[in-house]
Amino acid sequence: MSHVIPYIAAIQEAIREEMERDDRVLYFGQNMATSPEDPFLKQFGPDRVRVTPISETAEIGIATGAAVAGYRPVVELYMAEFLLVATDQVVNEGTRFHFMSKGQVSVPMVMVAGYGFTAGWAGQHTGSIYGMFMGVPGLKVALPSTPADAKGLMTTAIRDDNPVLFFQNYLLLLDEGEVPDGEHAVPFGVADVKRAGSDLTLVATGYAVRTALGAAESLARRGVSVEVIDPRTIAPLDVDTILSSVARTGHLVLVDQATRHSSVAAVIAAEVAELGFSSLEAPISLVTALDSSIAYSKPVEEFVLPDEHKVVKAVEESLGLAPASA
Amino acid sequence: MANANPTDGSAPAALGAERLAWMYTQMYRIREFEERVKSTFTEHPGILRGHTHLADGAEASIVGSVAALAPDDQIVTTYRCHGYPIALGTDMKLMMAEIYGKATGLCGGLGGSMHLYDVARGFLGGSGIVAQAIPHATGAAWAAQIRRRGQVVVCFFGDGASKQGAFHESLNIASVWKLPIVYVMENNHYQASTRTDQEDANAAHGEPLSTKAKAYSMEGVTVDGADPVAVHATLADALARARSGTGPTLVESLVYRLSAHGNLIAPPGVPLNYPEHEAIAIFGNRDEYEAALRGDPVPRFRHQLVTEGTLSAADADAIEQAAREEVDEAQRFALDSPWPAPDSGLDYVYA
Ligand SMILES: Cc1ncc(C[n+]2csc(CCOP(=O)(O)OP(=O)(O)O)c2C)c(N)n1
Ligand SMILES: [Mg+2]
Repeated sequence: MSHVIPYIAAIQEAIREEMERDDRVLYFGQNMATSPEDPFLKQFGPDRVRVTPISETAEIGIATGAAVAGYRPVVELYMAEFLLVATDQVVNEGTRFHFMSKGQVSVPMVMVAGYGFTAGWAGQHTGSIYGMFMGVPGLKVALPSTPADAKGLMTTAIRDDNPVLFFQNYLLLLDEGEVPDGEHAVPFGVADVKRAGSDLTLVATGYAVRTALGAAESLARRGVSVEVIDPRTIAPLDVDTILSSVARTGHLVLVDQATRHSSVAAVIAAEVAELGFSSLEAPISLVTALDSSIAYSKPVEEFVLPDEHKVVKAVEESLGLAPASA
Repeated sequence: MANANPTDGSAPAALGAERLAWMYTQMYRIREFEERVKSTFTEHPGILRGHTHLADGAEASIVGSVAALAPDDQIVTTYRCHGYPIALGTDMKLMMAEIYGKATGLCGGLGGSMHLYDVARGFLGGSGIVAQAIPHATGAAWAAQIRRRGQVVVCFFGDGASKQGAFHESLNIASVWKLPIVYVMENNHYQASTRTDQEDANAAHGEPLSTKAKAYSMEGVTVDGADPVAVHATLADALARARSGTGPTLVESLVYRLSAHGNLIAPPGVPLNYPEHEAIAIFGNRDEYEAALRGDPVPRFRHQLVTEGTLSAADADAIEQAAREEVDEAQRFALDSPWPAPDSGLDYVYA
């Protein structure tokens, strides 16, 4: 059985259920739980649910400290760029402790960060910055594209004994989808085939999954069968599912909202080039954002971002198809 | 002394009638502009994107501060940045066009509401990331110190920003280096939907936020930010201290934001109108909000000037009429202007 809820509600549902299941789960951040009517504050009380000032270094550092001391904090950061203020705490503190202490310390914490608000939020609030964090040893990175995955990955994130960066997409917040009833945990490091196909493999991350599915749908109307794979977590990254798909299709197009050199797409391209070279019948193609900041004005914003049209074009080129409009 | 108002007994020469009328004019222009930005959400849905933060309620603080600047001084602000350039003389048409995302805007539509710049008028910009422009202002003050031309930098930010490391780190350095800078914290009693007493140690202990200056051994002053003359006097003192090399000041200017923090935060497809003020929407405190409306600095200053005989009612009406016409024209210009070329997004990545 399942129920239909928006992406954001699915995330909140996972946090609430994990807080009910485990008293050690804490939930805090800016501009939350400020009124006695706040549902989390009402249900779990001020020991476990708190508002913080605008102090990202302290917020993430406090989560780290509470985790070392035995709790399982979830820190809500709203926009991903805000955690850049506290980059040391994100990449160079809690991520190192388990290793440096020879396993004496573990840091089970979740940092929740929204990214990619490409709806006029302009230069400083629109980045798809997840790729910056995928090579940090000790840090896991989740990037859900559907309500079901959002819930399942949040559940797993809270239960994980490591720091997890949970990236939610701002454009998807109100997207509705089926979420399984009851406990729902999606394992880390297991990609999901969002659409099966045989002619070409499209791998997309986060918001770009929607773009890829749209392109696959329009290509299907032309008789082109595209497989769409969503890695769901980018650290750990499930390369095997991608390799076995490419082994069947021989063609790989990667779609990512990030700029090319800080995209997950670039890393996947490298993995497939090394491990799946013999399967490839055409060069790997990357459809990413152009190397620029995101403008406020809509036509400029759209120009630099990947879209269905750009994906379709890359697929046509990979398969040697004539353009649809011709 | 951190909390004493140094303007007590040492007020600078009184502002003349002309200057006071100028100040009222700027306050009214800002209000009219912000109301037009706000009404755009309903009158022209879809034009405004992203997040817009209005200065309504802070006009007296903004204009009192800008009025005290010398021509060569510079300012650095936040994302709540529409008021300052208006008072500095930036063309409203270019501002509205920027906020509407048009090619004719101050920044060609690349920046939008949160990222206005007018470097020629001394407005060096700000940051959409809370408190992160405070060090930039501090660096500009170092540059001013090296140039020795008597310039001062005024750094505007909110109460919420004073909980960031960037604030504390900057004030410490500015005090050690005796930088020519004035930090103006507009305390509007909220950081988005959090009340100051829920997140600020001074406020939680019933102390003014200017107390923070003590930690950096600099002057700290709290001023009624609804009174442009008081703000002007406070800034004039602080600017004089900064210019003479005595060092920085932290001014806490008490204001009340009359609109919600910003327009609704929602994905495309949802109308982005302005919610009710957080006092009502989150805390159910209609009395607080209505008291703030009664203390609205714009009509309050008009009333004061007319009552004192500084300005006739007819002159005040004329100022208001001119501001409305100016904003009408700015809006028409912005609506009629073309969109930027899509590939202009690649033009300014590197200098
Ligand atoms: C580092 C960072 N954290 C959080 C935010 C989100 N945010 C934008 S404005 C704001 C409130 C700031 O309050 P305050 O400094 O009092 O200024 P005001 O908006 O009241 O003028 C917050 C939390 C941000 N932009 N940057
Ligand atoms: Mg504030």
